[in-house]
Amino acid sequence: MRLLPWTVYLTLAGALLSLAAGRRSAAAARWAALATAVAAWGVALLAGTRFIPASSLQTLTDLAWIPAMGVRYHLAVDGISLTLLVLTGLAATAGVLFSWNIEESTGEFFALFLTLVAGVYGVFLSADAILFFVFYEVAIVPKYFLIAKWGSTNREYGAMKLALYSFAGSAMVLAGLLWVYAAGSAHSFGFADLAQAAATLPRHHQIAVFALVFFGFATLAGMFPLHTWAPTGHVAAPTAASMLLAGVVMKLGAYGCLRIALPLSPVGFAYWQTPIAWLALVGIVYAGLVALMQEDLKFVIGYSSVSHMGFVLLGIAAATAQSVGGAVLQMFSHGIIAGLLFAVVGRMVYDRTHTRMLADLRAMPLYRLLPFAATVFVVAGMASMGLPGFSGFPAELSILVGTWKAFPAWAAVGALGVLVAAAFTLRAIQQGFFGSWPTGSAAAEGGARAHSLPPITLPEKAGALLLVAATVVVGLRPDLLLNWINPALQSPLLQAVIRGGTP
Amino acid sequence: MNPASHLWVIPALPLLAAALGALTPRGGRRLAAGAAIAAMAGALIASCFALHAALAAPAAHLTCNFEWFRLGGGAVRLGWLLDPLNGLMCVMVSLVSLLIFIFSLGYMDEDENFTRFFCFLALFAAAMLGVVVSNSLLLLFVSWELVGLSSYLLIGFWFHKPSAAAAAKKAFIVTRIGDLGFFIGLVWLYDSTGSLLLYDGGRGILEAHALAGLAAPALAGGLAASTAIGLLIFCGAAGKSGQFPLHVWLPDAMEGPTPVSALIHAATMVAAGVFLMARVFPLMAADQALASAPLHALTVVAGIGAVTALMGAAIAVAQDDLKKVLAFSTVSQLGYMMLAVGVGSWVAAIFHLLTHAFFKALLFLGAGSVIHATHHEQDIRRLGGLGGRMRVTFATFAVGMMALAGVPFVFSGFWSKESILHAAMEWEVSRLPLWAGLAGVVLTAYYMTRLTFEVFAGRPRSHAAEQARESPAVITVPLLVLAAGAILLGFLGTPAWPWLQSQLTGAAVPSGPLIESPVLTAVSVILVALGLGAGWYLYGRRPRSDAGAADPVAAAFPAVFAFLAARMKLDELYALTVGRLSSALSWLADFLDRRVWDGAIRLLARLGELAGLMNGEADRDGLNAGFDAVSEGFRRAGRAYSRAQSGDAQGYLRALAVGFVVLVVLVLMGCSR
Repeated sequence: MRLLPWTVYLTLAGALLSLAAGRRSAAAARWAALATAVAAWGVALLAGTRFIPASSLQTLTDLAWIPAMGVRYHLAVDGISLTLLVLTGLAATAGVLFSWNIEESTGEFFALFLTLVAGVYGVFLSADAILFFVFYEVAIVPKYFLIAKWGSTNREYGAMKLALYSFAGSAMVLAGLLWVYAAGSAHSFGFADLAQAAATLPRHHQIAVFALVFFGFATLAGMFPLHTWAPTGHVAAPTAASMLLAGVVMKLGAYGCLRIALPLSPVGFAYWQTPIAWLALVGIVYAGLVALMQEDLKFVIGYSSVSHMGFVLLGIAAATAQSVGGAVLQMFSHGIIAGLLFAVVGRMVYDRTHTRMLADLRAMPLYRLLPFAATVFVVAGMASMGLPGFSGFPAELSILVGTWKAFPAWAAVGALGVLVAAAFTLRAIQQGFFGSWPTGSAAAEGGARAHSLPPITLPEKAGALLLVAATVVVGLRPDLLLNWINPALQSPLLQAVIRGGTP
Repeated sequence: MNPASHLWVIPALPLLAAALGALTPRGGRRLAAGAAIAAMAGALIASCFALHAALAAPAAHLTCNFEWFRLGGGAVRLGWLLDPLNGLMCVMVSLVSLLIFIFSLGYMDEDENFTRFFCFLALFAAAMLGVVVSNSLLLLFVSWELVGLSSYLLIGFWFHKPSAAAAAKKAFIVTRIGDLGFFIGLVWLYDSTGSLLLYDGGRGILEAHALAGLAAPALAGGLAASTAIGLLIFCGAAGKSGQFPLHVWLPDAMEGPTPVSALIHAATMVAAGVFLMARVFPLMAADQALASAPLHALTVVAGIGAVTALMGAAIAVAQDDLKKVLAFSTVSQLGYMMLAVGVGSWVAAIFHLLTHAFFKALLFLGAGSVIHATHHEQDIRRLGGLGGRMRVTFATFAVGMMALAGVPFVFSGFWSKESILHAAMEWEVSRLPLWAGLAGVVLTAYYMTRLTFEVFAGRPRSHAAEQARESPAVITVPLLVLAAGAILLGFLGTPAWPWLQSQLTGAAVPSGPLIESPVLTAVSVILVALGLGAGWYLYGRRPRSDAGAADPVAAAFPAVFAFLAARMKLDELYALTVGRLSSALSWLADFLDRRVWDGAIRLLARLGELAGLMNGEADRDGLNAGFDAVSEGFRRAGRAYSRAQSGDAQGYLRALAVGFVVLVVLVLMGCSR
């Protein structure tokens, strides 16, 4: 438990180490990055085994930082953050494995990658709003460079759009937090203090503050209609960055909504609850429909991420113990599944065929050329459409059960999203991986030999198996995570907004 | 010792075989097939023990429940259930599966993906047995989805054929539309009762306490919650069991290998919907006590079943593909089963489900034997004359055909169909299901006679049919076993000795006369004779001479025949309505995303750009130079977002940092004051 802050420190040290190792050889940088990612993940898992679930945040470190403002270097953990810490470690490890083929400035790549990961760990551990915000910014900056330098399709545009949206979102959050701090004369930026301060504001101010903070965070969670950065950003990003972006960075936004925005002003939340839920629902169905139209496989996955994050936001908006627990589970589940899908498309397919367009892939039997990739994509697709046996099922089940408790109509519309997900996933599977050579073409006669692609490497296999195993384990035993998450929902701060679920 | 606590063994055995098959390389044909067949044999033995235990106490619902995960304040619990309904279904599913697995040894012998085939078959069997033994609607739904998945994999087994890939996708999506309703029903049910266990020592959803709560007229218009939940669950059943209007996937599913059609799309999976209705019958019937309710769930079920029974039979009359005739006959028979549930006799539905499983599997495997012998010729116009060449296949097919047609007294289909018609006659709400059922009887006898004469009588009308030889024993022995079942099974449930009925209801059903209602039976026997006679008159008297000759009915009524042959144009109707609508919505969403949301952002940026231009006349040269230098994508982004001169992100980063510092300073000053 006490070791958890070391996830941040280790990862930052690893970033420096990779940078230094990269000056000597690319291989050294890779191994340094892998060792770092595994070590930090190991710390998170170890803490998980010793974790005693409780309703309150369990403080790990608490030092005065800017005494004049009461800003503290306060790191703490509860079941929700622990779940996401484990996810971060997993996504980081898999990300390194799927970046094994980065040859251009390898050291810099992994240094930025690990800095991003360290920022994410920091956000999940922060128990002080300003500290939270600082880590949040630390996570945003490397994203820009990762995409702009190592990305593909339209990378400057994607990187810029992503950075601007992120900064606009965080500016809103910061403005809201400072407003509360100043106007409510809080003593510190601790979550409870801020909530107390916000309660002293007049109602319409609370409503405005809540909107600033919630929609600021929701931008990064890919909430409709603030989502358009996500697909372009995912598409432009190099594989590992897409994995982290969809896998954990979008979760930062949702985590911010849950951890900071909701408790900050229950009054504001009550006002905004219905609009938020409908935006989430529109996002689920709308992004699914857009995914159905995409010709670039990465865009399909990018929009599917927006759709799945809609479930997370729906769960948060419904604000029952079941739906919020499900939302956290969905964050974990989507982190794994989106990572897996991006890994297959970005690393296994695109790096070999140099195309992601369905029109090209239809004319190429990938299931024969890359059977491993096709199998993993089918499995990930099953998981993505919420089939039982994979982590998405208990997550979406919990969200919809909890949402039904609050507003049955929302749950019914949300369930429609599962249907749309099946449609676009099957389309992607069939067109992307089960094509055939055009009849009569030279390729058909030359057979697979003329078109043989480099085989799937060991790091790719290891990364894919890791992620598949994780989604299956959580799919069969969601209690492993829910036993951490459920008690955390009983904290006084969350109980002010969440209904039901007394144990 | 509670026998239910060992019930998991039954689905676990084929699941293990599936896992083994998945890990076996392509060359390990014997291993994969051997494991699957051994697992099914094991599951069959275990099922027999389970049935034996269940019959010892037919009224008791033996359960074994456990917690899956905690959800908010409650818990999601799963469990196993054992009673005669489950036990009989287990034995039927594992026996039919075993026979079809053995048949597949011969049928799929030449397929290069033999190993994968057995892996998928075993997965299917595991999922189907999971549906059967679940004591939790959630676990049932989980298995139900896995059944759908394995069905998808098997329909699309020959995915290099575009039609097979499309059929697989269609089956998955259409059944999932039904499953959507099922899922919402589950969520609603869980919310109302806090449990999804069927039987749980008085707290289950099928037990009196929960049912009483659900049957109260709680909704608008005096509807009971149980009516709405029941109908939502029925959506799932209608999707899986090919009920109108969700039946359109089932005929297309015939793109799968024939053993798959026999096992999944005739005998077991498609019957899962009927099984589900029988399983949750107390819930479906809970609103019957509510005389004032404007609608009862079972009334809808009966109506849909009647429509399906009649429609399927009518379309089957005009199909030229051997498997399509059988597919629509399956649709029609499933309609009969739903009709039986709807009129309140789930026992008759299960009786027909069991007999149908045998004779329909028999017919499909017979068709498979024909298709195997003629190198995949399925067009009945191009077959013919096979009766003499394939004697065992012909004889067993004829047994199946007569069972399906309901030829009296000897064949099982007669007894189960009689019990359905009898139940329909006693239904007080409406006579329409009975009329539909009787009309279906004559059509069924007619189209099966047509099919049999076209395939087996006359002269061979293609080279493939001339060359046909009887299939090997691995194919014919399963046919013989199924034929025996198709005859004998009927005697388990005759009115004179209603053993099956007594066991299923858990209460002794008094034995009556052999014929319950002589008038009804006489009418239906006459109708069967009429159908057989008409079939013989049109197709048997002078068999078709060559493949190109027109069908006699098509010649007499071309418009009607063409309409039926085109499946009443329902697929086209869906493509025009639902298909168009979803495409239009997708297009609209895509357009919004590309143009409107992005456009709005760009507009904002343009305004900023304008401000920048007014602000920075002096920097125009720098601005232009910068634009020329960057790439196309950069230029778009730059124009969209440039407010500062350069349009690069570092500028924004710097600006943000400055703004951040200024804010902090302001706040600090505010604090110090």
